[in-house]
Amino acid sequence: MEKKYKTTPLKLWDKAKEIRMNVYKEIAEAKEQGKLLIGGGAEGLIALATGFDHAFLVGEPYGASVAFLYKENPAFYQQIVEACDHAGYPRDLCSYMRNYLGSLLLDKYIFGGPFPKLDFCLQAGFCDTHSKWYQIVSEIRGIPYFSLDLLPFDWEISGESEKTKQLKREYITKQIHEAIEWMVKTTGRRFDDEKFIEGVTNEFESTSLWAKVCAANRAIPAPLDEKTMLSFYVLAVLARPKKEVVDFYRELLAEVEERVANQIAANPYERCRFISDSQPPWFGLDLFRVLESYGVVSLGAHYTFALSGGWEYSSEEETWNPARTPQERGIELKTRDDAARALADWWLTTGTVCRGVRHSGAGKIKRVMDIVDKWHVDAALIHLNRGCEGTALGQMDIVQALLKAGIPTMTFEGNHADPREYDEGRTFARIESFMETLGLKKIY
Amino acid sequence: MITAGIDMGAAFAKMVIVKDGELIGKGICKVTLEPEEAVRTVQELALKDAGVRPDEIQRVGATGAGRKLVKNADVVVTDVTADAAGANYLDKAVRTVIDVGGEEARAVKINEEGKVISFAVNDKCAAGAGAFIEAMTRALELPMEDFAKYSLKSTQKIPINAQCAIFAESEVVSLINEMTPREDICRAVHDGISDRVSSMAKRVGIEEKVVLIGGTAKNIGLLKSLEDALGMKITVLPDPEFVSALGIGILAAKDSEN
Repeated sequence: MEKKYKTTPLKLWDKAKEIRMNVYKEIAEAKEQGKLLIGGGAEGLIALATGFDHAFLVGEPYGASVAFLYKENPAFYQQIVEACDHAGYPRDLCSYMRNYLGSLLLDKYIFGGPFPKLDFCLQAGFCDTHSKWYQIVSEIRGIPYFSLDLLPFDWEISGESEKTKQLKREYITKQIHEAIEWMVKTTGRRFDDEKFIEGVTNEFESTSLWAKVCAANRAIPAPLDEKTMLSFYVLAVLARPKKEVVDFYRELLAEVEERVANQIAANPYERCRFISDSQPPWFGLDLFRVLESYGVVSLGAHYTFALSGGWEYSSEEETWNPARTPQERGIELKTRDDAARALADWWLTTGTVCRGVRHSGAGKIKRVMDIVDKWHVDAALIHLNRGCEGTALGQMDIVQALLKAGIPTMTFEGNHADPREYDEGRTFARIESFMETLGLKKIY
Repeated sequence: MITAGIDMGAAFAKMVIVKDGELIGKGICKVTLEPEEAVRTVQELALKDAGVRPDEIQRVGATGAGRKLVKNADVVVTDVTADAAGANYLDKAVRTVIDVGGEEARAVKINEEGKVISFAVNDKCAAGAGAFIEAMTRALELPMEDFAKYSLKSTQKIPINAQCAIFAESEVVSLINEMTPREDICRAVHDGISDRVSSMAKRVGIEEKVVLIGGTAKNIGLLKSLEDALGMKITVLPDPEFVSALGIGILAAKDSEN
């Protein structure tokens, strides 16, 4: 079959790798450099710590990295998961957490040496499991722990009152202040409000820019495929308050827009456009390459687009667009309180994945169907993810909605970070059946 | 035109010979640890049954878990497509195909042309397939035919662990020790599978006419349990274990026309 579109590798690929490695290098060197080393979840309020010189070991990407060991170093992987299993943590818990705890219990860091010595844990309750996660870490390590209670907005279509929304803003803002005061008291270090304002501002820009990159994938042909996007989205997950991440996404957006203008495709055979749902099986990303061999481009997912926020709802257009930052709306952040309020509001307004973890139903369905419409989606591949109850919430309702809308949809069972619950052979066989139903034969 | 359709299932290999759209012969054999032998054996059986020589076969289609073992296949499709084609060929009114095989159960929704609209597969648990019943026949020391008949004589519904075939087997031993009538245990096994299969079928959206195919379709006890679970009549297509092989045999002929 002849290629329909031209394609070229992305120029920024190596730079993304470099930024990721810098994050892990910073963690490794934090103590030597006199920085605080903080442990916590990525999907909370990591910008809170930017008022300190610090490195942040975010747990979820680390849990995903453990899952990669399954193929690279199966014996080490087995040691880690058994450490967690033997400690009594059941298999139905978050698999990121189990991988992290196994590594901690063994006191082995998968990048070499013992598990890093954290100064304290800072968590925001993206989900209940994540809150407990760092309580366990703090108990095992005997280190202080602060957890913020996050209460997301409901989906826009629920008609949540302005009064409730304002109460939520105030609730989170107050906790942000408490967290900062607690960190100062616990560490005895000075909190730099200017750095905090800068970190928060960078977070808004990073996540908004990533949303714009994702929006560019509405183009036909799509300039990016989801496997590639996953290597880029993780920078926001790891380090969205950093200036280098803002700069990277700005460059990436420019490159992607150039690809759109020149019809440069992620998949030169693009003939069918998919979306996915939930985290992918991190150790099994070959799944996307199988799809590509049928001329399919996986455009992304609500998860991939919005895990770290960055989208705002327009009631006039009844859709979600890349969010305008406070700066773009003419709002200047001058004080700690300005930054705290802006961060609380940004998280509440643009944090739709957490919203989906707490409230599913018609709102989450509307979001997914909006993506189907705007990204010109032909079919969907839904990962029924046993490793994350939050992202699994409401998935079968989404499947029914997709089918009702005439979007062919396939589900497969798996686990985003526990390979023991994913059958690659059977999943690929099911994909083969699904492709037959779509009338697609393998191209290569 | 004479075509052959081979369904290389996990437990059994099935083959049909189709001449100008009519089934003229079939063969079935168990798949052992040497599946290539099953490919050869089933071909010999089907050809003999049809009274046809190997060189008279113009096109070969293959489906099933072991379809790639059929080296001389001209057309290869997955079970989902083959099920749809076979069911549609036998009865154009079919809209939902339920295939309960040895190790896998499938629900396939099709349109009037036999095109697959959606499908669901239960491939991770033996508690939703024929392997579960086989394990239970061993536990109850009953031949398969009697197992089905016993279940129809049941006078009470009892729940059974349908989460895991291994646990269920141990539970059956407990039930026997409690002097639970075998009839009720047999029915409970069928009900357990039906619960799983009907739940899976509802995910694709049930639309009548519903048919049951696969080796377990001959189990009248399972059929009744499924009908009760779905609340509707289910038709068992003739030679249900060969429907998938027939489907790929028909597709092999259609493919040559294209």
